[in-house]
Amino acid sequence: MTDVPHVPVARRLLANRMFLATCVVCTGLAVCVLAVLIVSIVMDGVHRLSPDFIANFASRKPDQAGIRAPLVGSIWVCTICALTALPVGVGTAIYLEEFAKRGRLTEFIRINISNLSGVPSIVYGIIGLTAFSRFFGWRAGAEPIELGSPDSLLYLRLPFGSSVLAGGLTLALVVLPIVIVASQEAIRAVPNSLRQGALALGSTRWQMVSRLTLPASLPMVMTGAILAMSRAIGEAAPILVLGAPLMVLETPANLMSEFTVLPMQIFNWAGRAKASFQEIAAAAIIVQLAVLMSFNALAILVRQRLQTPLQ
Amino acid sequence: MAQSAVAAPTSAARGTPIPRSSRDRSERVVKSVLLSFSLLSIVTTFSIVAVLGIEAWGFFKGFPDKPGIGLVPFFTGTEWSPLLGGEQKFGVLPLVCGTLLVTVIAGAFALPIGLVTAIFLSEYAPSRLRVVLKSALEVLAGVPTVVYGFFALAVITPALQRVSDAFGTYNALSAGLAVGIMILPIVCSLSEDALRAVPQSLRDGSSALGGTKFDTSVKVVLPAALSGIMASFLLALTRAIGETMIVALAAGGLAQMTMNPASQVQTMTGFIVAIFTGDAQANSVEYASSYAVAATLFLMTLALTLAGTAILRRFREEYE
Amino acid sequence: MTMMSPMQTNPTTAAATATGTADPMAIRAASFDGFYGSFQALKGISLDIPRNQVTAFIGPSGCGKSTFLRWMNRMNDTIAGARASGTLTLDGEDILARSVDVVDLRRRVGMVFQRPNPFPKSIFDNVAFGPRLHWRHSRADLEDLVEQSLRSAALWNEVKDRLHASALGLSGGQQQRLCIARAIAGGPEVLLMDEPCSALDPKSTASVEELIRELRTAYTIVIVTHNMQQASRISDRTAFFFEGSLIEAGQTETLFTNPKSKQTEDYVTGRFG
Repeated sequence: MTDVPHVPVARRLLANRMFLATCVVCTGLAVCVLAVLIVSIVMDGVHRLSPDFIANFASRKPDQAGIRAPLVGSIWVCTICALTALPVGVGTAIYLEEFAKRGRLTEFIRINISNLSGVPSIVYGIIGLTAFSRFFGWRAGAEPIELGSPDSLLYLRLPFGSSVLAGGLTLALVVLPIVIVASQEAIRAVPNSLRQGALALGSTRWQMVSRLTLPASLPMVMTGAILAMSRAIGEAAPILVLGAPLMVLETPANLMSEFTVLPMQIFNWAGRAKASFQEIAAAAIIVQLAVLMSFNALAILVRQRLQTPLQ
Repeated sequence: MAQSAVAAPTSAARGTPIPRSSRDRSERVVKSVLLSFSLLSIVTTFSIVAVLGIEAWGFFKGFPDKPGIGLVPFFTGTEWSPLLGGEQKFGVLPLVCGTLLVTVIAGAFALPIGLVTAIFLSEYAPSRLRVVLKSALEVLAGVPTVVYGFFALAVITPALQRVSDAFGTYNALSAGLAVGIMILPIVCSLSEDALRAVPQSLRDGSSALGGTKFDTSVKVVLPAALSGIMASFLLALTRAIGETMIVALAAGGLAQMTMNPASQVQTMTGFIVAIFTGDAQANSVEYASSYAVAATLFLMTLALTLAGTAILRRFREEYE
Repeated sequence: MTMMSPMQTNPTTAAATATGTADPMAIRAASFDGFYGSFQALKGISLDIPRNQVTAFIGPSGCGKSTFLRWMNRMNDTIAGARASGTLTLDGEDILARSVDVVDLRRRVGMVFQRPNPFPKSIFDNVAFGPRLHWRHSRADLEDLVEQSLRSAALWNEVKDRLHASALGLSGGQQQRLCIARAIAGGPEVLLMDEPCSALDPKSTASVEELIRELRTAYTIVIVTHNMQQASRISDRTAFFFEGSLIEAGQTETLFTNPKSKQTEDYVTGRFG
């Protein structure tokens, strides 16, 4: 017999049980928060949802206000963001994973990307304002240079000002690190044995990437891209800094048009004291969440439909 | 079944060979395009540093018609009143204080709950429940932050006001809790990744020694995953510090040195919003001060991100 | 030999030169050293690989036999810090020269790996992968080429009805034969095989071994194997490597029954390794 004191089994089992209870409470709390969030928003806003709410422009009277301009603006901005951030982001990921030799430059780019992903989006807004809206102060005070006709979709004014193009490019900066990291992970998931096989058949690097690794990783790349776009479509801070007007009564006609986005509209309405504005803010949130849910559903669909085993 | 002797496939010779020169040329073009794409990220960083640095430098150094603020008064001053009539004061500490108060509240809410939820998901939850809960967390992670801001104003603040009269329409606690809800999924999913990366053999070893699930989770798995968890905490706090829309809606607009969660505070991001939505002249001192504040914010998040990735790198080395 | 170097010519004429060359040796190595960083993996290898025969490399793990194989098509280029010195030639052309078009070299020297690595594509697209890299074919020619390659790899009858199904649905042995078909579709002169049967069950191993014996009439084959019975079953010549050095090389029968070196004798009789 030893006299070493030991923790009684019953107490250890009690600790086990109490910890499990704590776990369940915490998890339950997290789920409850989500439930309260959704329920309170739906209760506040659902009765404001109507075809008119989607079709109308903003108004000083809450009963007549709608989200046509921000909804269409969000689509424009998101499209511009996708067209710029996706090629650049996926291209960067391909370069880093398939072409770059290990070296100082590569290591620097990697560290740099992880730091960029930590930069607050409002800082990107300031950079977007300086770089895209004002071209670093070039021709400050002078009339902007016009290229093409205002009737054309591709009409440009330099600097870009508070245009939908400047907004899309700014959001592209925000999501670029996300696209890069997600694409890198997707490309890394392609087994090395396949790369060896392609190279042994006499592929150049680019032939290997374009015919094998990129098609094989495409479902994961697309999933990452969709999630990055859902981040872009929910961002308000950078757009706010760019100076989107409070009341937009037109949908964009070309890249130089004024615009606003859904989260900005929600911000404007949510900040007002009058209860009826709170209600239409909630209704706009419902639309915003519905758009995001469909993005998520799309990502899941892509993952399930296109994902083929690689080995 | 006798097979005749194998002949090399000959029709290879029937095609037109693709010349080496065209193949090499496209290889070179593609490679330089991809390289220039990767350099864009460096250009972005360079622009951030240059823009914030130059503008903030001008603010510290001075303007043609006004004296500069100076580095020391900026970083040690305890009064921030750039917009109010009368004397303008540019001591950034009240804004830093407001940011830290909101971040501390968010962290106090989200870090413990997020970690315990992560332990539950990784160690206890049956796989079906895990999938359901993880997708719920994914939904939370995808919610735009302006929605949390609305939630703070419409739900959290009225609830707090019911508890105590001390809470005004704008207060740090409401904003902090909403920021906490926002970072909860980040803490949770990154910590869970770290916990699941711990090899199963460690768990088996602990169980075989007679450890309860609690012993295994808390005394074996948790310490093994600690650096990954720390990294997830740091990344979440980085997001909290940089969060803008929630504090712009719910925290208020008065910069003050306080640690009272019931009072209104202005954060660094909140001030930047106030400048860019207000009617400050583009060449005024208060406008320039927003760049100095943004530079301070950038440096704070940069330090946290660097610390987070350094910890994460050490963590990877432990298991690879 | 023409003055035109086969390395620099287009693939069609390269194939023609290969058959017309008088040298009975396809690959020649002399005083060949291979390094990974500062570690010397291969020491002074001198070995000739005869045309249209099967040469087996045997030896314990880590003896350098796979490394040597991977220098023959410069697959070691993909490993950071790998370098080599000495002579290594294919049809008299320096394989190690900087000016070598590695892409064309790998077309001429096909490779089959330890584990079957079919691409996540259809059977047809797997076999057509190599040809599509190097030539512009008419659709009919390409179909013809895929069929011939699959016939040569003794796989045609099993897959002719599902050419456009995923290659990942094939069994392990079928996958490895598909990889062989893929390797020969590009029109190589040499086939390198790095333990091609080590991931296969005995039945699939037998079918792949039979295929290798048949392919010898058209290709120069170099095979790395752990399995001495396999080497004795399928190879004409065998080379025994130990700790980065070539200990002995010769006719397979002689090497197994009457080895010159004590080390070889110990290894082939199973006393170590």
